[in-house]
Amino acid sequence: MAYKIIASQCTACSACEAECPNAAISVKKGVYFIDPVTCTECVGHFDDAQCAAVCPVEGTCVPDPAHPRSA
Amino acid sequence: MFDAEQLPDAGEGQIKPLNDLLQKIAASKGCETKAGPGKSGCGSTGTESTLPPEIWEKVKNHPCYSEQAHHHFARMHVAVAPACNIQCNYCNRKYDCANESRPGVVSERLTPEQAAKKVFAVASTIPQMTVLGIAGPGDPLANPEKTFKTFELVAQTAPDIKLCVSTNGLMLPKLVDRICQYNIDHVTITVNMVDPEVGAKIYPWIFYEHKRYTGVEAARILSENQLRGLEMLTERGILCKINSVMIPGVNDEHLVEVNKAVKARGAFLHNIMPLISAPEHGTVFGMNGQRGPTAQELKALQDACEGDMNMMRHCRQCRADAVGLLGEDRSDEFTTEKVMAMEIDYDLEARKAYQAKVEAERDATQAAKADELAKLAGEKADIAIQIAVATKGNGRVNEHFGHATEFQIYEVSTAGAKFIGHRRVDLYCQGGFGDDDKLETVIRAINDCAAVFVARIGTCPKEGLLKAGIDPVDRFAHEYIEQSALAYFKEYLEKVQSGEIEHVARGDADIRQGAFTAA
Repeated sequence: MAYKIIASQCTACSACEAECPNAAISVKKGVYFIDPVTCTECVGHFDDAQCAAVCPVEGTCVPDPAHPRSA
Repeated sequence: MFDAEQLPDAGEGQIKPLNDLLQKIAASKGCETKAGPGKSGCGSTGTESTLPPEIWEKVKNHPCYSEQAHHHFARMHVAVAPACNIQCNYCNRKYDCANESRPGVVSERLTPEQAAKKVFAVASTIPQMTVLGIAGPGDPLANPEKTFKTFELVAQTAPDIKLCVSTNGLMLPKLVDRICQYNIDHVTITVNMVDPEVGAKIYPWIFYEHKRYTGVEAARILSENQLRGLEMLTERGILCKINSVMIPGVNDEHLVEVNKAVKARGAFLHNIMPLISAPEHGTVFGMNGQRGPTAQELKALQDACEGDMNMMRHCRQCRADAVGLLGEDRSDEFTTEKVMAMEIDYDLEARKAYQAKVEAERDATQAAKADELAKLAGEKADIAIQIAVATKGNGRVNEHFGHATEFQIYEVSTAGAKFIGHRRVDLYCQGGFGDDDKLETVIRAINDCAAVFVARIGTCPKEGLLKAGIDPVDRFAHEYIEQSALAYFKEYLEKVQSGEIEHVARGDADIRQGAFTAA
């Protein structure tokens, strides 16, 4: 289970990086990236995924279909 | 070519929402002369004689807090705070253009270390730069570590630079103590409403305590934190300015209530700014056709709020990385690449010496104004005229008509000369502009003025201005602005009284809208 960032829409504002409870978000050469191994979709921390809640561009921090929640 | 029919006028439809306001002003016109703590008599121009000494000391060389100072002293913003915690319908964080000038827009983001070096570079090159503000491009208090680290680094080397922060206020109550700890003595809060129902039309959401709130609930939380934060700051002796964006039909009349609410909580200065809204900005208001106010609408609201509170009318709505006097932007000279290559020697004594000269010049401007006003003593007339001025700064008429990128607007009456605003006349992003189009743009921008003061002007624009009923005046070249305006008004009054000219009320004017390129 993990979120991902749609890089083409990201403004690189860094808001998500500070909110992530797992420190799963990092930046390389100006592009923000969520480590799918560390990301928990904020389950156990908060009601909502913090990156998606704080992101200024709708639909930019989204669940990653490559890393779905296990049922 | 120029067509007077197309000009915005004061007629039906245009300023309808403000009719009540205009009537209120007409009924209660006149300046309060009492000067309480932090207040000045006639609003926008707090002066040495009308402000308590400790407040004067804080604002005398702060271009954003003193209209007088803004002709002489410069400021800079450093863009260290990209993250934001609210969404505003007049802001689009994706838009990032080097030729675009409005809040929220920057070309480069800096680390605190890069920002500090940039501050020292600018301070060494522009000794009249007295103020460092952090204004974004997001919200500084949504990036507290970057913001406070920058202030800490700057204060270590440059203790003479005043530190300011500009915020939406959501995080203020939680961070007031840190603001005090870093000796930040000027805080600007953007307050667009005190009624959450109005707020819901301006703010789609906020992010607060790990949760996204929307609608009226979001606006209520934001408003509570803004007003509480304001109270906490003023209790601690921090000077607060309130910025409000005037959005016709959304919060225009409501801003009178906002003004009362912030005044009651000790705000020092209220800055009501016109909405900047164009489809190419990609903002919600830009896309849904929400218009900004006309010059007359803005002035009517500012006049209605001006009583025993200072109104700021000289705000240029600058970028979060602007450098220089208000109305000029020298950020191109201080890109990260250039700054990092600079050898910098921060010379505090040289800066002090230079600033003392600048203060002397400012005092001379005020003395000249007082002398000229004395000549009008005894004159009584209901007439007030507006004069546009081409200036490069220092309080003088010292710019050529054709080179002016903005005009400063003064209202002159027997009560005195008062700065009431400015109009940008940069070429617009419309393509195909020749000299005729430029003249048309200028005339639309200063259509409410009886005269325009310039250092020089060519024959062609002179004729065009005369045809539009605006008197082009170059005989005050390089003289002090306010003194010249009063001298001109005295002559104007004499001509009206002798019947040589007839005084006619001018129409409305355009406030710059849309993106511009510094072509």
